[in-house]
Amino acid sequence: MGLSHAAIIGAHHDVDLISVCDTSSFVLDAFKKFSAIKTYTDYQKMIDEVPLDFAIVATPTKFHHQIVKFALDKGLHIFCEKPFSLNTAQGKELVDLAAKKLLVNQVGFHNHFIGTFRELKRLLDKNVIGEIVHFTGEAYGPVVTKEKGGTWRSKPEEGGGCLYDYASHVINLIQEIIGRPEKICGTLLKKFYSKDVEDGVYSLLKLKSGLTGALLVNWSDETYRKMSTSITVFGKKGKIICDATEIKIYLKEPFLSEKLEKGWTIKYITDFALPVNFYLRGEEYSAQLDYFIDCIKEKKQAIYNSFEQALYTDQVIELIIKDAKNY
Amino acid sequence: MQKIINMEKVLLGDNQFFAVSHLSDERSRAQAIRFKDDDSIIRVIDQAIELGIMTFMCTTHDRIANICQHIRSNPARYNGFKIFPCMPYAHKYANAITELGIIGTIKQYVPGNIFSTFTKGGVAFLGKDFIKLMEILIDSEMKMFKGIDTPVIFIQNVVVDMLLGLKMFEVFREYDQYIRKKYNAEPGYITMNMPALLDALNSVGIDKPIICSSINKSGFRMSGGKEIYEKYLNERDFKPIAMQVLAAGALKPAEAIEYLGKFPKLESVLFGASSKSHLKETKELIEHYL
Repeated sequence: MGLSHAAIIGAHHDVDLISVCDTSSFVLDAFKKFSAIKTYTDYQKMIDEVPLDFAIVATPTKFHHQIVKFALDKGLHIFCEKPFSLNTAQGKELVDLAAKKLLVNQVGFHNHFIGTFRELKRLLDKNVIGEIVHFTGEAYGPVVTKEKGGTWRSKPEEGGGCLYDYASHVINLIQEIIGRPEKICGTLLKKFYSKDVEDGVYSLLKLKSGLTGALLVNWSDETYRKMSTSITVFGKKGKIICDATEIKIYLKEPFLSEKLEKGWTIKYITDFALPVNFYLRGEEYSAQLDYFIDCIKEKKQAIYNSFEQALYTDQVIELIIKDAKNY
Repeated sequence: MQKIINMEKVLLGDNQFFAVSHLSDERSRAQAIRFKDDDSIIRVIDQAIELGIMTFMCTTHDRIANICQHIRSNPARYNGFKIFPCMPYAHKYANAITELGIIGTIKQYVPGNIFSTFTKGGVAFLGKDFIKLMEILIDSEMKMFKGIDTPVIFIQNVVVDMLLGLKMFEVFREYDQYIRKKYNAEPGYITMNMPALLDALNSVGIDKPIICSSINKSGFRMSGGKEIYEKYLNERDFKPIAMQVLAAGALKPAEAIEYLGKFPKLESVLFGASSKSHLKETKELIEHYL
């Protein structure tokens, strides 16, 4: 269970949070003592016993396939945390199953619910910086900053490592905002502190359009207080640097229809934040679940963060792992 | 009898010292460089005191312990100076939980060994006494403030809003009682969901709570919208503190503070500034409009 997901769903006006499932008796005891929410340690039993419309799967990645498959078979709409799958054949099975059963399916790549990244996509679609010739996607943060630790995040077979945990966000942003990578032209997966997983991911990506760019990710950088993700796009007529807090646009010439002047324009998240009814750790976490619930209510499929999009990210991750073996 | 304190109108915040900028990651980094030494933080606090700002509202960040030591060592200079602690410093725990898990985090941060405090079988027993655990964690966070006047003690929004979403309102009441009893202080709550929190606190018998939340002309971080916030500020009985009044820098100080003047019940404004001129300007605006 994700505690934050439970809190956001618990506060949602249109949803009753009925039950949670976790392996930690510590967490479940808190629910038993302070709430009326039913607790389970066996997800199959929970899904069989409780009448549910949807489930949120926020477990270590290696459990996603079995849980999501079981829940889809029982007819539940699913919001699953990222990364989606550790095995793209299994991921494909889930994409197909959700499509066949017409169930709403979404994965928690929350950056798409940050207003600045949406604005970046809108500006690129308007061709504000002309023909794009290069991009970089970056993420830095302080997850592993010393040589110890031992949760599932340090186990490659469970979806640990900087590539699955951090870089997946950046790959997903690149694929949905700029274009889908289809070839990897060189990769360094570097260990700084971890023994079994990479702490840094440095990879050159070639998109279907032929455009190339770089992926630069390091989760062992304590000069960042928390995860900081950014996309820089370089065009023949200008450049845009976008992160979760601001979007900086440099233009060689004014772009009148967007009221953008020559030189630098800086726009802030305060103008783009998606309005939410409940806030916990960032608008994007509530906004993505609000969207998921809206899709269920309106019986429509998610445009943002579908299983299919998340599977594509997993496929790029597989390509990167394969490519890294060459170096 | 419950202790009722009169809060000052102007409270000095600490985000600027710890590289927290809601507007710009780049600005965060610049701040981290500027406030690398404790002396640079103390200098701003001293400037605030010169201007008559006598309350510092701060997280239980490791570096605050050094600031507290400085204050204790200079009792004459800091006579009458108050700190409103805000706990926990969430990133400390969030990073630890990612690395060590929940139980590992408790082991790391609870002084001594929690599992010897609970002799009846460690985790299993602990699992049934959350309130005791909360009290131990509060005491551990409060250690750094020993000997300093802390008339209001806040819980941070990450914890408040988590409990709010999970509807574990009883925990608020336990917190409220413990802070009053153990520290003879008034409990305060920081939230990004003020209207829902006030309803929740009232529902477990907590009346007239001190609630610190985003209140600004742009509606930034005012969950559910500006209108319901304004309605609660005008109609409900509580002690509101406004934070993020500049909407992370999107508003000019004069228009931002003028907006706050619409709410006579507003008790205090929390703001962070790095320079004396900025402190002075904002303080004068607050005193003019509030």
